[in-house]
Amino acid sequence: MCGAKAGGPDASTIKPGETTIQGQVTRDGEPVVGYVRLLDATGEFTAEVPTSATGQFRFYAAEGTWTVRALVPGATADRTVVAQTGGLAEVAIAV
Amino acid sequence: MSRSDVLVDADWLQEHLDDSTIAIVEVDEDTSAYDKNHIKNAIRIDWTKDLQDPVRRDFIDQAGFEKLLSEKGIANDHTVVLYGGNNNWFASYAYWYFKLYGHENVKLLDGGRKKWELDARELVDGTEVPERAATEYRAKEQNTAIRAFRDDVVDAIGVQNLVDVRSPDEFSGKLLAPAHLPQEQSQRPGHVPSARNIPWSKNANDDGTFKSDDELKALYAEESVDLAKDTIAYCRIGERSALTWFVLHELLEVPNVKNYDGSWTEYGSLVGVPIELGAAK
Repeated sequence: MCGAKAGGPDASTIKPGETTIQGQVTRDGEPVVGYVRLLDATGEFTAEVPTSATGQFRFYAAEGTWTVRALVPGATADRTVVAQTGGLAEVAIAV
Repeated sequence: MSRSDVLVDADWLQEHLDDSTIAIVEVDEDTSAYDKNHIKNAIRIDWTKDLQDPVRRDFIDQAGFEKLLSEKGIANDHTVVLYGGNNNWFASYAYWYFKLYGHENVKLLDGGRKKWELDARELVDGTEVPERAATEYRAKEQNTAIRAFRDDVVDAIGVQNLVDVRSPDEFSGKLLAPAHLPQEQSQRPGHVPSARNIPWSKNANDDGTFKSDDELKALYAEESVDLAKDTIAYCRIGERSALTWFVLHELLEVPNVKNYDGSWTEYGSLVGVPIELGAAK
């Protein structure tokens, strides 16, 4: 989308105090629209969100190690991310 | 009854998009998703505005459901095909709700909106809303054989199957809500004692379609849920547990399964009821 910045959603819109995991899904450097799931340290599903029109996503989680899985037409990709209480973890996913 | 009586796949719906005896209904967690785009000829039911009493915490009553469906152009003899985002959480909730008021022919679109999108099937612009002539819909009295209330849950502790379908972190008390929602509830964390934790997601594949009957039966057997006993499913507000209710009652045809729509937001705020923390004992 024209004028959109790279990376996750605008960090100023995070609810204060929340442990946040966010980022963007891209294919060949361009944002791609689909779904992103959050899996806990045992690989169990925790949440899923549709991406924005610019491939961005955000979860409110808790501290720990998480897997973020992008599902887009024709592809899936996993990234591991470590979240700290009250912190912001940014994750870029290229599929 | 068989799987095909309660579930349709995307190919089937694609072939029936223009069938006037079918009402295609989108019910989404994100109630604005319909405005972006939707499946051709689908109408929207808003689970927050259309299905809840505007004042007290309860569903709209029988007359209210009749008025809603009449205005939406859904007749008693129409086949209602429900679909939605987030793996059909709220479409399953609507399915259970339609059954609560006795609608005969209801089906879920397997995989919901996500599978439809991942297949790159056509969605029409959000402004393209079909015209459906108003009807004279007649609902039945609520079938409380499929709805559990808080006292039913307290009485079921250690007696019936209690299936908590939330994520393990919600079950143990680490999180109060699903991880895509702000963690803002003030009630106590934890779960109902004696509940088994079988997250709703174990019923579904990554693309949102349901697993096979054999896989589903194996899942509940592995978790020591004796399906010969009566069962109550719950989650946070009753939408994910409606999906598990669908799996147990509609796909596996287990006779006595109830969905507790008050779920954790009610139970976790009750004074004096027992709560357990941590993993299942």
